Amino acid sequence: MEKQTYNNAVVRWIDDRLPIFSFMDHEYNQFPMPKNLNYWWNFGALATVVLVAMIVTGIVLAMHYTPHTSMAFDSVEHIMRDVNYGWLIRYIHANGASMFFIVVYIHIFRGLYYGSYKAPRELLWMIGVVILLLMMATAFMGYVLPWGQMSFWGAKVITNLFSAIPLVGESVVEWLWGGYTVDNATLNRFYSLHYLLPFVIVGVVVLHIAALHVTGSNNPDGIDMKGPQDSVPFNPYFTAKDSVGLGVFLLIWAAFVFYAPDYLGHPENYIEANPLVTPPHIVPEWYFLPFYAILRAITFDVWFIEAKLMGVLLMFASILVLFILPWLDTSKVRSCRYRPIYKWFFWVLLIDCVVLGWVGANKPEGMFPLIGLIGTGYYFFHFLILLPILGKIETPLPLPTSISESVTRRSGAPAGATAATGGNA
Amino acid sequence: MADSLAEGETRRDFLFLAAGAVGGVGAACFAWPLIDQMNPAADVLALSSVEIDISAVPEGQGITVKWRGQPVFVRHRTPKEIEEARAVSASTLRDPQTDEQRVTKPEWLIVSGSCTHLGCVPVGNKVGSDRGEFGGWFCPCHGSHYDTSGRIRKGPAPKNLLVPPYSFVSDTKIKIG
Repeated sequence: MEKQTYNNAVVRWIDDRLPIFSFMDHEYNQFPMPKNLNYWWNFGALATVVLVAMIVTGIVLAMHYTPHTSMAFDSVEHIMRDVNYGWLIRYIHANGASMFFIVVYIHIFRGLYYGSYKAPRELLWMIGVVILLLMMATAFMGYVLPWGQMSFWGAKVITNLFSAIPLVGESVVEWLWGGYTVDNATLNRFYSLHYLLPFVIVGVVVLHIAALHVTGSNNPDGIDMKGPQDSVPFNPYFTAKDSVGLGVFLLIWAAFVFYAPDYLGHPENYIEANPLVTPPHIVPEWYFLPFYAILRAITFDVWFIEAKLMGVLLMFASILVLFILPWLDTSKVRSCRYRPIYKWFFWVLLIDCVVLGWVGANKPEGMFPLIGLIGTGYYFFHFLILLPILGKIETPLPLPTSISESVTRRSGAPAGATAATGGNA
Repeated sequence: MADSLAEGETRRDFLFLAAGAVGGVGAACFAWPLIDQMNPAADVLALSSVEIDISAVPEGQGITVKWRGQPVFVRHRTPKEIEEARAVSASTLRDPQTDEQRVTKPEWLIVSGSCTHLGCVPVGNKVGSDRGEFGGWFCPCHGSHYDTSGRIRKGPAPKNLLVPPYSFVSDTKIKIG
């Protein structure tokens, strides 16, 4: 990193001792970005904005919330009715969780479509999977805090997953609960960890961005930048492009907050937790539904592994498989634009995840268990069998020689321009 | 002393390893309180027991009582339900137990009200509620069916509903715990 010379004496004095101005200039002003990025490259920045908003609103909510089983539910109602703008801050936070997941899921599928997990970005991708796991833990514990019926029973069902561990399962669950059921001890520790984990996420996000700034961004063509003709500086090109996306995104978030604040939640959670009555239909928040479907998919023992343990193993495996994705996909070509067969299977996987979500939202009756089983089977088939084979048998389309060539060819010919839009869709 | 050292080894290596080992053991010892503090506290462990008057429970009905923060089902079984529970051969079950092993008085079935799958409270205590395909309880969360002895018959749960420790104080009173 070359040091800048600043005119302002104070800035120069600081930069000589702690080069934060040079650093920011290098990483966010001049930083070279591929010049063919489309709007799907907005979502990393959007996720960062949501993380900051969640931390700010969360710290404020913590000033009014009481983590005790006898007062938690009432303190949330106190926030909603009595605290100045409490309703606004809580609705931003509650809907923010959903916004965070939709943004991150799009970000992940962007990576899947354009092969952003492939060399040299494997570690960048794996750090991202760690962030996803941390987000899931944080969201799960946060949902318990209002101490409604769904809070309580969601917590009970998910913590009970660990009882599937052979021999020590029951002890582990009691250790997690700090008792014989989800109770005050559980609520307190979830509150403590829900406050802690977002800051851990910030730390891991810093690593994610640091790794990104070593390799540079992938791009829709999935080919490397070969020189200055292939890139534009981050500022103003992507500060501007990210700002456009951010404006649209904030409008959507605000629409939920002001016009449908409870649309993504469950009415059941406005009933205070009751350990003696299970709601007729326990469902997690929408962002956990596909995983919930995988959890319930196995209803029969597989060899010596009982059904419950198998479901739990598969649910964790569905995320852990993403860690080894860079080595499961044997194709040397990154972008789906040049992978004529995989391109279709990408969409099949996306549909499979939506179907699993639909199964997860419904009671395990009628046709749903079978669909869940097929959907789960396909999910693992995609990663463990299809991707390794496809890379060997697929003939990729010819890659453009450079990003620059690809951009000028597309803008030069009307047909190419249409193709570019198609790639964005 | 120096004679026993092999080529390239020094007293400093020994001190380095010994200090490292002591430090490691010390850190591990300090970690234990931090882990163990999450286990149930003394007041939670102080195992309470509850006495329940069962004289008002009509045949065919069940009641739910709270013990250690968890629901316990007390079901007054009909002769038909007892017969159904005893007609099944235990060896054909996922968690093999005979009905005799699970009750002290045949007409009273006392089991934990937590599904052994993931801890939901199954429905079926009241006449008219969905008791599943085997006439006992049905867990709506993930579709486990329990029979009239509280044994798992269908669905994802691995074990029968647990029988808590209990005793009859009198003909109409039981003590759980």
